[in-house]
Amino acid sequence: MVERRPLLTLLTHLGLIVGIVVIAFPLYVTFIASTLTLDQVQEVPMRLLPGDQFWHNYTQVLRQGSTMGSAAPVGTMMFNSLVMALVIAFGKIAISIVSSFAIVYFRFPLRHFFFWMIFVTLMLPVEVRIIPTFKVVADLGMLNSYAGLTLPLIASATATFLFRQFFMTVPDELTEAARMDGAGPMRFFWDVLLPLSRTSIAALFVIQFIYGWNQYLWPLLITTDESMYTAVIGIKRMIVGGDALTEWHLVMATAILAMLPPALVVLLMQKWFVKGLVDTEK
Amino acid sequence: MSAISLRKVIKRYGRGAAAVQVIHGVDAEISSGEFVVIVGPSGCGKSTLLRMVAGLEEITEGEIEIAGRVVNDVEPAERDIAMVFQNYALYPHMSVFDNMAYGLKIRKLPAAEIRQRVDKAAAILELGPYLKRRPRELSGGQRQRVAMGRAIVRQPAVFLFDEPLSNLDAKLRAQTRLEIQKLHHELGITSLFVTHDQVEAMTLAERMLVMNAGRVEQIGTPEQVYLTPASTFVAGFIGSPPMNLIHGQAEAGVFRVGGDALALPTPTPRDGPLILGLRPEHAQPAEDGAGWQLQVDVVEMLGAERLVYGRLGDAPFTLRLDGTLPAPMPGSRLPLQAPAARLHWFDTDSGRRL
Repeated sequence: MVERRPLLTLLTHLGLIVGIVVIAFPLYVTFIASTLTLDQVQEVPMRLLPGDQFWHNYTQVLRQGSTMGSAAPVGTMMFNSLVMALVIAFGKIAISIVSSFAIVYFRFPLRHFFFWMIFVTLMLPVEVRIIPTFKVVADLGMLNSYAGLTLPLIASATATFLFRQFFMTVPDELTEAARMDGAGPMRFFWDVLLPLSRTSIAALFVIQFIYGWNQYLWPLLITTDESMYTAVIGIKRMIVGGDALTEWHLVMATAILAMLPPALVVLLMQKWFVKGLVDTEK
Repeated sequence: MSAISLRKVIKRYGRGAAAVQVIHGVDAEISSGEFVVIVGPSGCGKSTLLRMVAGLEEITEGEIEIAGRVVNDVEPAERDIAMVFQNYALYPHMSVFDNMAYGLKIRKLPAAEIRQRVDKAAAILELGPYLKRRPRELSGGQRQRVAMGRAIVRQPAVFLFDEPLSNLDAKLRAQTRLEIQKLHHELGITSLFVTHDQVEAMTLAERMLVMNAGRVEQIGTPEQVYLTPASTFVAGFIGSPPMNLIHGQAEAGVFRVGGDALALPTPTPRDGPLILGLRPEHAQPAEDGAGWQLQVDVVEMLGAERLVYGRLGDAPFTLRLDGTLPAPMPGSRLPLQAPAARLHWFDTDSGRRL
C-alpha cells in the first residue's frame, strides 16, 4: 500500500509497538531478574531496573549451576545442547536430501510406497512413539549419550518433503544437460543439485537447529546423568519443589543463556532463511 | 559417410496393449557436415526423434547410428554429440565459463586446454566479456549463445538443436538464425535442428525432414520441398500463405471444381477425383482475358505484394500478386493462368503426390 495518511501511520505504529511490548516485556523481566539477588527477585513488586548481580549470577550458573537444584554447570549444558542441535540439524539435512534425491531421480520398485511411508511419519510426532523409542534406545544402551539424544530425532519427513518439492521444480532439461555433459548421478547431485539447494538447506538448518535446541520431552526422558543435561532440561532441573527454594535469579539467567543461540542463529542466517523460504533460485 | 543414420526408428510409450506409438519407423541418412532441419507441427514427434538421437529417450525399435557406430545402448555423454536445449538448460549457479567448461572438466581435460577451448568458443560467440557472469545476469540472446558455446567446446561430431530460437523475440531470432548459419559454415559440424517454424526450417536447412504424426512426409532441400511437395501435408505446411489445394474431378483435359471447368495446359496424371496444388504466387492474371475465372472476395495490400482471396469454382483460392500490379476489385472476376510445371497433382485419399 502506497498510501500516506498520518493517522493510519500512527495507528499501525501503535499496533506494532503494543505487539512488541507484549512480546518483549516478559523477556525484559527475565533479563532483569537474572541481574538481581534472590531476595530482590522475591520482593513484591519486583523492581524493573537491572541490578548489579549480572556477572555474579551468570558466572555462577555457567560454572556451577544452581545451589539448590541441579548443580550441573550451565556451560556443559549449553555444550550438550549445541551438540544435540547441530547433529540433529546436519543429520536431518543430510539424510533427507539424500532420500529425496533417491525418490525424485531414481526409478526403483515401490518408490511411491516409500515416499508415502516417509510422508505418513509426518503425522506421528515424537510424543506418540516415545515409549517404544525409549525402549529401543535403552536396550541399545544409549541412555545418557549423544547418540541417544540425537539419533531418534534425526529422521525428518518434513525436510524430505521440502527437498522433494524443490527437486521437482528443477527443470528436467538441467538433468538432461548434465547427462549430456557426462555427469553421473552423484556428480549431478554434488555439482548441480546441492549448490542449487543451498538456500533451502540454510532455511532448514535454522528451523532444525531451533527444533533440536528446544527439544524438551526427549532429553528429559533419557538423560539422568547431570553431565548430559541440555540447557532446556537444566532449567527444569533447577526448579525444585516449592517456590521459596527455587533460585529464580539463576533460573532466569539460564533461561536467557538458553535463548541466545537460537536467536543468534536466526539473526545470522536471516537473509538466507528468508531467501530459502521465499525464492527458488533457478 | 553418413554422420547419422536412422533405420526404421520406432518409439512407443508404455507396454503391451496400452502402448502408444508416436514414431512409426523413420528412415534417414544425414551426411557428414550437413545441416538438417526437422520440421513439423507440434506433437508430430520431431523432438522425440531428436531426443532419441541424443540418447535421452530410449529407442523402442530400429537403429540409430552416429559416425558409423550403433548408439542404441550408448550413454548420451559417449555419443559424441552436443545438444542445445529450448530453454538453454544452463546451470544457474555456475558462471558462463564454468557452464561451458563443465562437460570438459568431467572428461578430465587438462585445465589449460579447457581454458583455451572455452576462450575460443567465447571469442566466436562474442561472449568474452561475460565469462564471469551468472546466466541470470545475461539477456536471452546471450544465454542462448552460452548454450551454443557449451556445445561448441565439446567439439562433437554432431550438434543437436531442440527449438533453440523459440524463446527469443522475433528480431533476435532472425539475428541468431544468421549466426547459427555463419557458425555452421565456420565449423562445418553435422547439425540436426528441430523447429516448428517453417521460416527457420527454410532458411537454415541444407536439407529438411518434414514430419507429420510420427512419419516422415518428405526429405529434401528447401527448394525440393517447396517446389515439389511430396504430399498435401507438406504443400499445406510449408509456404505462407500455403499452397492452394483444390479438390475436383479430372476428365479429358479439364478439371471440374464445383460448377467451373478449369482448362488444363497438360493432361492430368489420371482421370477421376484429384487434388490440384498451386502456390499463390505461381498463378498470374491472364493477359488475354481467357483462363480460370477467379471470383475476387478480398484484397490485402502488404507492400511488396498483394494477397487476393477469392474462389475458383467453389474452392477457396489465394493469389499473390506483385504489389505494383493494378489491384483487382472485390466482386470482380480475374482471369488466371498458371504454367504447367507449377501444377501439382495429389491423390485424394492418400494425399501423396502423383
